[in-house]
Amino acid sequence: MIKEGQVRIPSGCAISGILNRKGKRFSGDTIIKSIELMHDRSNGLGGGFAGYGIYPEFADLYALHLFYDDMGAKANVDEFIEHHFEIEKAEVIPTKKSKEIPTSPLIWRYFVYPRKKRLDKSGLDEQEYMAQFVFKINDGFKGAYVFSSGKNMGAFKGVGFPEDIGRFFKLDTYNAYLWTSHGRFPTNTPGWWGGAHPFTLLNWSVVHNGEISSYDANRRFVEMFGYKCTLMTDTEVITYLFDLLVRKHGMSLKEAVNVVAAPFWREIELLSDEEKQKFEAIRGVYGSALVNGPFSVILGYEGGMLALNDRIKLRSLVAAEKDEMLYVASEEAAIRIVCENPDRIWAPRGGEPIIGLVEDN
Amino acid sequence: MSLQLGWPDYLVERDENRCIQCEVCAKQCANEVHKLDPDTGKMVADEAKCVNCHRCVALCPTRALKIRVNDLEFKPNANWTSNSIKEIYKQAATGSVLLSGMGNPKPFPIYWDKMLINASQVTNPSIDPLREPMETGVMLGRKPAKLEFDKNGKLLTKMPPQIKLSVPLMFSAMSFGSISRNAHEALARAATELGILYNTGEGGLAKEFYQYGQNTIVQVASGRFGVHAEYLNTGAMLEIKIGQGAKPGIGGHLPGEKVGEQVSMARMIPQGSDAISPAPHHDIYSIEDLRQLIYSLKEATNYTKPVSVKIAAVHNAPAIASGIARAGADVIAIDGFRGGTGAAPQRVRDNVGIPIELALAAVDQRLREESIRHEVSLVVAGSIRSSADVVKAIALGADACYIGSSALLAIGCHMCQTCYTGKCNWGIATQRDDLVKRLNPDVATQRLVNLVNAWHHEIDEMLGGMGINAIESLRGNRLMLRGLGLNQKELDVLGIKHAGE
Repeated sequence: MIKEGQVRIPSGCAISGILNRKGKRFSGDTIIKSIELMHDRSNGLGGGFAGYGIYPEFADLYALHLFYDDMGAKANVDEFIEHHFEIEKAEVIPTKKSKEIPTSPLIWRYFVYPRKKRLDKSGLDEQEYMAQFVFKINDGFKGAYVFSSGKNMGAFKGVGFPEDIGRFFKLDTYNAYLWTSHGRFPTNTPGWWGGAHPFTLLNWSVVHNGEISSYDANRRFVEMFGYKCTLMTDTEVITYLFDLLVRKHGMSLKEAVNVVAAPFWREIELLSDEEKQKFEAIRGVYGSALVNGPFSVILGYEGGMLALNDRIKLRSLVAAEKDEMLYVASEEAAIRIVCENPDRIWAPRGGEPIIGLVEDN
Repeated sequence: MSLQLGWPDYLVERDENRCIQCEVCAKQCANEVHKLDPDTGKMVADEAKCVNCHRCVALCPTRALKIRVNDLEFKPNANWTSNSIKEIYKQAATGSVLLSGMGNPKPFPIYWDKMLINASQVTNPSIDPLREPMETGVMLGRKPAKLEFDKNGKLLTKMPPQIKLSVPLMFSAMSFGSISRNAHEALARAATELGILYNTGEGGLAKEFYQYGQNTIVQVASGRFGVHAEYLNTGAMLEIKIGQGAKPGIGGHLPGEKVGEQVSMARMIPQGSDAISPAPHHDIYSIEDLRQLIYSLKEATNYTKPVSVKIAAVHNAPAIASGIARAGADVIAIDGFRGGTGAAPQRVRDNVGIPIELALAAVDQRLREESIRHEVSLVVAGSIRSSADVVKAIALGADACYIGSSALLAIGCHMCQTCYTGKCNWGIATQRDDLVKRLNPDVATQRLVNLVNAWHHEIDEMLGGMGINAIESLRGNRLMLRGLGLNQKELDVLGIKHAGE
């Protein structure tokens, strides 16, 4: 059977995100509980999490998480990492085998920073240097896959139900101010750990429910800007779109939302002349970045999270607030199981972003 | 022995029991096929003159007429087909280049018909266009590489001039001269009513049509007929015509007999004089010269209108398109080898150029590899026959399509391929007043509007079926296409997978 990257595999899903807007950290237990409630939205072929603020002792270093098929693959990559980075620490990511997750690839993490000479020579800024490095490993090294590459954050994912994956990675021992998670219902999968979600690049992490119909238009657009869609998944292309718009084109998250879930022409017609010009320009210039078809997506980054539905809300997405906490999930019950009486709970309109920012960020 | 070899291509069958000798057929046929024999009191036909345009059949009040292809055949020969033989006879008799009209009729592969469109099932929902908004609007023009905003979200980037179309369709360049005044009027009025554009072709623009300027593309071709400052500033978009799919690499020739008073005024040439467009523009011998013309036109219109450059689809189209984009064109129009024409040497029409499907796929891919596809608009032409062709063209990477032959069919063309004779019985490709007045501009306008509206509905349905509610999400979305019966090389050029993959 062929894996993600060789074939495009549509999937349905569950997503959940929990943010403490004061930046206070809490354990991964909560998010496991939330995603576990939506067990039936997954089929045991993929689950994963992203946590922000989990590595305070290495906050200024890039935390690389890698899957290896075998030690041979690791040896090649080790040499490549060594060549580009100072490695502060390299270790096996602690896991706990269970009957639900009986096998896994080799799972390692490295805390690194770019070698100054190499970085200067590359002519790239640090983030682009990092991004290119990740593309190179994922595209060029057989049996190795970088699944997390940000600072003070990390993704944890694999083949299995999300709650079992969470326990496998002992997420109860990590504390984060933002957790996102994903349970996957692929329609066809070889059970490759790299194909589980979230998908990450630098500090971005994306969990997504849907099957976007604009995929190839979006893919061919981002590929003009140096990205390489090796997994052929929606989540991957959505991550690159946000990376392109925010990091490379310097947009605010709000403007990026105006691109990926652009208002309808008939709504634009009703705006003031200045606003009309702006949105016409957005639709004209970034038409190929419009994400079409059903999706609900949670984008995590160091500053908080953004949750968004497609323009006509073809996927469920519920949001809730309680004091400094912000919750978003595919189902209301997945919020109520961890926050019984929220101050406010609502279903955001299609195309209307829920943006939660960490106050001190 | 007579050397006048050959026989009529068509047979006129008249049902004598039905014919009432009303002579409508005789009056309607500009080719003078029918006439009343005063001796017998019966209608007779000189079938050698018949072009099978169906005018007499359509207007015969008793349905007494049928035109059949003459089945008298040469001895079967797979190599020397009857057409090949007859063409030799014709050229031996005249010593002339064979002339033809409309697009390439040869049985080359039609790639549109070997591509199939996707639809949503279960894993994502299709969208009902009757209940949900469906967006088919397109913006043509140069786009900046990125937009910049200030911290309050105010747009800082100044947008170059753009054209908005309600549907990704425009009427192709057809000059006043090659088509009649009434046909021209219908195209202009329909484009205006539909919120799309029509194209003047290279024949200039009659003053009476300036009122439709906001929906007009004014063309500048190698003959520069009718080009002046007011003309340029009247159009919404300008187009430099380098080539045409029906006759890549060669110029054009409007015979003097078609240059009556109105055509003469529009083209700014004396009445009765031949209008000859040279093969190249004599001020464009290279890509850097094209840049100068593009910027001359932009200067002349104060940078308020997009400039398109139209080329025929030829072997090296991707590299040429890249050069055009870098020369400053805002829109690139590519015309495939099946594109129509009022007149073209038959050998050129049937043998020069490549299919638009392959040219489009290759150009779109090349512009993407050079990271400039998003900065220019791509318009394709050269036999777009239905809304399905439009959907496939956009999925391959086009922003919009030009339709010419389809538009003429909508107003009564019967594809008899003899436009060059100037005797179009349907009042379309003629300048004879008695024929022109047969085409009622009101009716023709309505039929063009109907055609585009019908296609619009069909595009909505197919988009919704794919789970897409904005046409830009289809543009270049090649996963929505699958090939059927294509070899791997063809699939690779088209950038699509085979059905079942």
